[in-house]
Amino acid sequence: MTASSTIRRAPLLALYAAFVFAFIYLPIVVLVLYSFNRDGVGGFPPRHFTLRWYTQLFADSAMWDSLLNSLLVASASVALSLALGLLAALALDRADFPGKTLFRRLVLLPLILPGIITGLSLLMFAVFAGAQLSLLTVLLGHSTALVSVATTELFAGLQKLDRAQEEASLDLGATPWQTFWRITLPNLKLSLIAAGLLIFTLSMDEIAVTFFLIGRDNTLPLEIWARLRRGITPEINAISTLIFVVSVGLIVIWYHLRARSLGGSSQEFLE
Amino acid sequence: MYSRAYKSIVALPPLAWVAAFLLLPYALMFVHSLWAVGEGVIVHHWNLDNYKVLFTNPLYAEVLFRTMRIAASVTLCSILLGYPLAYYLAFHAGVRKELLYQLVIVPLWVSYLVRGYAWKTILGSDGVLNGFLEYLHFTREPVGFFLYSPFAVVLVLTHIYTPFVFLPIYAAVEHIPRPLLEASQDLGASPVQTFRRVILPLSLPGLLAGATFAFVLSLGDFLAPLLVGGPSGTMIANVVESLFGAAFDWPLGAAISVGILVITISLLFLSEFLERRWAFK
Repeated sequence: MTASSTIRRAPLLALYAAFVFAFIYLPIVVLVLYSFNRDGVGGFPPRHFTLRWYTQLFADSAMWDSLLNSLLVASASVALSLALGLLAALALDRADFPGKTLFRRLVLLPLILPGIITGLSLLMFAVFAGAQLSLLTVLLGHSTALVSVATTELFAGLQKLDRAQEEASLDLGATPWQTFWRITLPNLKLSLIAAGLLIFTLSMDEIAVTFFLIGRDNTLPLEIWARLRRGITPEINAISTLIFVVSVGLIVIWYHLRARSLGGSSQEFLE
Repeated sequence: MYSRAYKSIVALPPLAWVAAFLLLPYALMFVHSLWAVGEGVIVHHWNLDNYKVLFTNPLYAEVLFRTMRIAASVTLCSILLGYPLAYYLAFHAGVRKELLYQLVIVPLWVSYLVRGYAWKTILGSDGVLNGFLEYLHFTREPVGFFLYSPFAVVLVLTHIYTPFVFLPIYAAVEHIPRPLLEASQDLGASPVQTFRRVILPLSLPGLLAGATFAFVLSLGDFLAPLLVGGPSGTMIANVVESLFGAAFDWPLGAAISVGILVITISLLFLSEFLERRWAFK
């Protein structure tokens, strides 16, 4: 008997699963398809293939400026969130201090809190501190929201780490500092890269928090948002298609790195 | 094994960050909710009027109830789509399990905006769905009610949160020890009985985690209503957004935000409590 005979067949359930997949992927397929449609968004069926919307997009300098802003904010968010997330994960893994449970809850809160709360509370903080809204306040918002992601991801990595190596290093006379750089950090490399990719993707896409903290320079999602208020254009299909392709690429890399760094599947994420 | 110095060095910067950029801003939000607006500026006149307005003006209760209804519909629809999918993947997908799992994961992280926008192009009165219906000669004139309705908001949010609900359910179902199912079957239970008495109870913590996530994040969403909701799809976070924007009444907006925060945190605690009670021991 082969493995397939132990799996009971359930044609109705299979059909339903196919329907759910169709629901998940239908909008994305439509989006991509219509980005090549000469007659623009809407109507059926799409006909007359064109690359016009992409050429229009490539000539759109406001869009590229906002992309540059997004790349800046996302890179800085990755650096800041990883640094703080690593320290927070180390603290949760190894230190005991009063209020540790509260600290853990607070760090993770922005992960589950609606973006509007994080965004507005930081807006009030910026006003209180007398700071001008700019890409810096956006960076602050992204980092505050994404430290939670870095902390969960790196904490999971630390839990799988072999403590014996660090003990050996310390026993053999290395300072804690040397042990950190030569043992802890290299062992966490995959987790760090995986978390970094995830944070980068999430920061590139962020709107809810950014919405309240944006100054004069738009990030890419906010530039698209502003144009949507004026109406739908196929150019937005084109940029959305490109965003989709890039996110999928990054996420597939992330998934494989994470599966490797945790030595198994990454199903535990939301547990 | 780690020295005191090591522990303080790793703990202090994140603690300081949390205090400065989470605790202090939340405190500021609360403080703002106790202030007032006079002649276009925020005056530090301590009072509870903002909360009184929330409880006495029926407009806010109405929007809050609509928001809860939308969030509950989204949660229910996401479970109805996500649970069977998780069940199928865990028990019937065979060798394609890993591939299908990744296919659910990928859209999870694909831009909220991209997905919301895609639905807007589908549902609009000269959108793809109307074009399709006319192409099939089902309708002659564009149907207007697809877009700019609570229905559209539920659809978009369900699309976004179904993978989030799927994930913890799948993890729970996948971890059910297979011998339990075989025992149930050997003892004469029908597949339906096995599902009701074994699989469902053991997957409840995962179901709860997913449901909480979908409900809480839908509750505070303001982008889907702005994108596809129209006036009849306005949610509580939209009220907050307009109070902080055009309407310029930060104190009242802050009071509603505090309300959202309190509801969210209570739900998280409730969910954690129930999860612990229902956990498989």
